[in-house]
Amino acid sequence: MPDDRVVKRTAPVEARVDAIQAALEERGLADPAAIGDLAHKAQEEWVPRNGARVVARAWTDPAFKARLLANGREAVAELGLAMPAHHRHLVVLENTPKVQNVICCTLCSCTAFTIIGLPPDWYKDLAYRSRVVRESRTVLREMGLDLAPGVEVRVWDTTADTRYMVLPEQPAHTIGWPEEKLAAIVTRDSLIGVARLQGT
Amino acid sequence: MDGVHDLGGKQGFGPVRYTHDASPFHERWEVRVNSLYANAVRRGVFNMDEYRHAIERMDPRHYLTASYYERSLTSLATLCVEKGIVTHEELERRAEGAFPLATASAPGRGNAAGRQRFAVGDAVRVRDDSVPGHMRMPGYVRGKRGVVVGISPAYPFPDAHAHGVKSADEPTYDVRFRSEDLWPGSCDAALVHVGLFESYLTPAGCSLP
Repeated sequence: MPDDRVVKRTAPVEARVDAIQAALEERGLADPAAIGDLAHKAQEEWVPRNGARVVARAWTDPAFKARLLANGREAVAELGLAMPAHHRHLVVLENTPKVQNVICCTLCSCTAFTIIGLPPDWYKDLAYRSRVVRESRTVLREMGLDLAPGVEVRVWDTTADTRYMVLPEQPAHTIGWPEEKLAAIVTRDSLIGVARLQGT
Repeated sequence: MDGVHDLGGKQGFGPVRYTHDASPFHERWEVRVNSLYANAVRRGVFNMDEYRHAIERMDPRHYLTASYYERSLTSLATLCVEKGIVTHEELERRAEGAFPLATASAPGRGNAAGRQRFAVGDAVRVRDDSVPGHMRMPGYVRGKRGVVVGISPAYPFPDAHAHGVKSADEPTYDVRFRSEDLWPGSCDAALVHVGLFESYLTPAGCSLP
């Protein structure tokens, strides 16, 4: 059905981005160096291998793991990892053979992005946001994680400024591996809680 | 506001389009939008609550069809227009076409009167509040009973912070709900945790089931 309020064609999204960027640059509100720096951080620094390092340290250092579970924000800072000022709290959720934690944001797409990376496309998709709180086990199965009937599913909806990270269970055959090798097997999706780790 | 953004528990969406290790970005412009809005927040042009609320104020038909970064772009542009940094006309002239923005904001509100502190283990009930402005209480927990399992440091109260209303910072509580209490007879069994501001909660009372 045509919408009679539309009087001109919507500009392509890229043209709209160009428009606001040019307007902000002209007013000194979008310094190209600052924009470039943020783009670099988003693609090269705020990546899941940060979270993978945290997990590998927790698996190999029980005292660190205890600190991580008690105060995630302070513990990740020990590894040189920072969180934005408005992420004042990082809650680390430990998976066990009987508990599967999974995180989401039904209202937008919040994540601990400096630690687990900016969210993947499916995390921001309407289907994941609407369904994972209500049909968690079904959604996880559709995504390839078929949990045994006895496993308790715990969903965490990021509705405030507390941020969450899942601490995946360490595959048994990797016990004793060096930290660096362990970090290499930790995937972003396991930090969100939609996958378990097999190791390689 | 009871906007279309409040998706938790809505039915009818199909399978998650999941690919292993999917990318956060697909186009170069998406990276630029992400940097532009983050830069504006850093410079204090607007805060995260204003940013989120401007996304929520998008026309529902636009919201549901826009990609994540198009929503981000729309919020950025809307706030820049509302704050008098640029006019809508200038943006449309530069873009050489229509530049849809979000609809106008309704008033915000301050902290709830009589709010109180809770401890881990406390039973709480989510207030039956409906507001025209910004709110970070998903509709699926409105009026529902849960148990506090975690407490955060104090944060700006979104219902005020998105609207320039003065308010005290509040802790948020990770409240645990049983999915069966949220969607009786129509959900998978799970414990669902929601981060809720103090103003959204009341004591559940011992007489309630």
